[in-house]
Amino acid sequence: MSVILVFLLVIAGFAGWWLSHQRLTAKPWLEQGVAGDFVGFDRSSLPTAKIGLGVFLAVVGCLFSLFTSAYFMRMGLSDWQPLPLPRLLWLNTGVLALSSVALQCAVVAARRGQVDTVRLGLATAGLTALAFLAGQLIAWRQLTEDGYLLASNPANSFFYLITAMHGLHILGGLVGLGRTSAGAWNGTQRERLRLSVELCAMYWHFLLFVWLCIFAVLAGWAATFVSICQRLLT
Amino acid sequence: MVDVTPADAVPPAEVAEMELYHPHSWWTKYVFSQDAKVIAVQYSATATAIGLVALMLSWLMRLQLGFPGTFDFITPEAYYQFITMHGMIMVIYLLTALFLGGFGNYLIPLMVGARDMVFPYVNMLSYWVYLLAVLVLVSSFFAPGGPTGAGWTLYPPQAITSGTPGGQDWGIILMLSSLILFIIGFTMGGLNYVVTVLQGRTRGMTLMRLPLTVWGIFTATVMALLAFPALFVACVMMLLDRLLGTSFFMPAIVEMGEQLQHNGGSPILFQHLFWFFGHPEVYIVALPAFGIVSDLISTHARKNIFGYRMMVWAIIAIGALSFVVWAHHMYVSGMNPYFGFFFATTTLIIAVPTAIKVYNWVLTLWRGDIHLTIPMLFALAFIVTFVNGGLTGLFLGNVVVDVPLSDTMFVVAHFHMVMGVAPILVIFGAIYHWYPKVTGRMLNETLGRFHFWVTFLGAYLIFFPMHYLGLMGVPRRYAELTDMNIMTESAHHLNSFISIMAFIVGFAQMVFLFNLIWSIRHGREAGGNPWRATTLEWQTPETPPAHGNFGKDLPIVYRWAYDYSVPGAKEDFIPQNVPGTFGPSREPA
Repeated sequence: MSVILVFLLVIAGFAGWWLSHQRLTAKPWLEQGVAGDFVGFDRSSLPTAKIGLGVFLAVVGCLFSLFTSAYFMRMGLSDWQPLPLPRLLWLNTGVLALSSVALQCAVVAARRGQVDTVRLGLATAGLTALAFLAGQLIAWRQLTEDGYLLASNPANSFFYLITAMHGLHILGGLVGLGRTSAGAWNGTQRERLRLSVELCAMYWHFLLFVWLCIFAVLAGWAATFVSICQRLLT
Repeated sequence: MVDVTPADAVPPAEVAEMELYHPHSWWTKYVFSQDAKVIAVQYSATATAIGLVALMLSWLMRLQLGFPGTFDFITPEAYYQFITMHGMIMVIYLLTALFLGGFGNYLIPLMVGARDMVFPYVNMLSYWVYLLAVLVLVSSFFAPGGPTGAGWTLYPPQAITSGTPGGQDWGIILMLSSLILFIIGFTMGGLNYVVTVLQGRTRGMTLMRLPLTVWGIFTATVMALLAFPALFVACVMMLLDRLLGTSFFMPAIVEMGEQLQHNGGSPILFQHLFWFFGHPEVYIVALPAFGIVSDLISTHARKNIFGYRMMVWAIIAIGALSFVVWAHHMYVSGMNPYFGFFFATTTLIIAVPTAIKVYNWVLTLWRGDIHLTIPMLFALAFIVTFVNGGLTGLFLGNVVVDVPLSDTMFVVAHFHMVMGVAPILVIFGAIYHWYPKVTGRMLNETLGRFHFWVTFLGAYLIFFPMHYLGLMGVPRRYAELTDMNIMTESAHHLNSFISIMAFIVGFAQMVFLFNLIWSIRHGREAGGNPWRATTLEWQTPETPPAHGNFGKDLPIVYRWAYDYSVPGAKEDFIPQNVPGTFGPSREPA
């Protein structure tokens, strides 16, 4: 359970930092008047939707940390046989990174108010994300054709399970991206469009980060890294 | 001492008005409503309905335990199904849903001075996904093979093998699917509760001016958002083990003389995931109860809460610590004894902030102007019950005591006291307290007092003797307790007595339900603030609060939530939205 504990430690650190800015040592029984006038002690100036997405991403991060925790615990048992990852995953990684870059371009364009570039960025991001999903499916297919079936080894089970979970999150993101794109083509208000493009980009970057982490775990580098660290510590 | 700004210099509210969704038809107003207050009532009604099913199941179990062999239809399989569904429904579909979905939805926007939750559409979706989860759960009663009988912890491998009711039928599949749906629905709601507290607060409502109810629900929601994914992961993996033959949790196993295709899986892995959710879950239920009870005591003792800051810090500390105690549920699982030592230590440490809270409640009562209203009675009963249940928790937190007691009725008595009876008492107190705000009418006093005394005394008569049964060694999870050496004549009599008390207490709940329905039309008119309380939900222009909660202008908050019996003030309470400075020690320097 160490992965999830480390993740929670990060969350706790963030929460502690935030709480330390909230005057938790105030004596509210002595303070009358509009205390909200203390600068910075009221609500955050970030848009509410961004904070909502941030909280959601923490939950998503928690989910994948737990899968990774389970992966490491199951890995220690004797019947574990790592499976060779298809080379295609590298290409998929590149495509997903491209998707993120395209969305970042859309964010920059949205801040400048260039609607055409925003549309281009959104379309590229959507298509590359779809390409990523297709690539993942092909990778699955290659594995099953090579005889690495879901139930034949726990390493395979985890590979299919974790990549499927990640794919489902991308799919959910595509719904959001679709709605944003519809707004971009129908000419929503500029500020609104900017916010929703930023939200999409935030989600995309996070899922790219998650993918890089689970890729490292599934490829076995994470385990090697951890064992090196352990050897250094002991 | 610190008067932040002179009251008359306050500019009008600068909180940006949210775009409020306005319902256009009866359907969008009462059924597919995006108003948190309607969603709260929907959540509460659904949770109560499914809770009644769980109550019936407990009766059936008590029939079997109290009068073994009398009722033919309660087979051992059926008994296990009753146990499983009773536990799962009570913990997740009733307590979690009622505290967070019900009270959270109703109280958070009103108490922080918001017009609604920040994402009303997602909030509505949350309820409908929850309802779907409940329906899937209920459908398992009608599925071939009946609901799962794996115990509420659903431990593999037995949960998905054929010896367990529902293991190779639909029962376990529906159970796991329902939990997955519940978690998805809860995450939608949980995002709302957290972000509304962060961003929806009205002007002047700093974190340290929040009523403790909001602190409790807020912290519990954060914990739930981080803990429920563990259950989600466990459910998904078990579903794959059951449906697609993977071996996440399933070891090589011979079932009815046949080798199953599973190989090498780890049941302990499931236990870790389950309790990583399961222990925070205890506090997910307890923290809202702590918060609510603080407000009830302060209001009905007409005294400010003792040690408000300490109460807030304790809530945060409990929330953080509850993530590092999970394995104290697994002392008997055969894990490394050093782990047991570590988890016993953290378990004892978490008792410290909890004890601080108990002391502060008692000190709030000290020299208070205690009104023994029904909410107050329930709050007092909670303190006693929680202390009782918590103390046996300290016993069980120690490995050497837990190992012999782990599979006995002692554990059943412990967790029913601490996370069954205690939070339910708070729920009742809270319903008596806030019902006037929800409906505009008071609940009937006589019926309420009857309900309180029967429930409180009855619960003790049910669960106190169970401790003794446990110490005698009477095992839990057994459908038949006859023909055992430890089951003496007197133990059997005690069991019958417990069963009869369970029926009486259950009957009192029917009286309560009757009161709930009857008082909607026939209760005494309550007025806007019948308890003369300070928090914002009692200061709404209309009762019940209209759509948008606060009329034209949002309230501005000038003080904390506990200005009761302030010396020098005309009334014995000063609502949070009343400007001005009061009290001898508070003259501007």
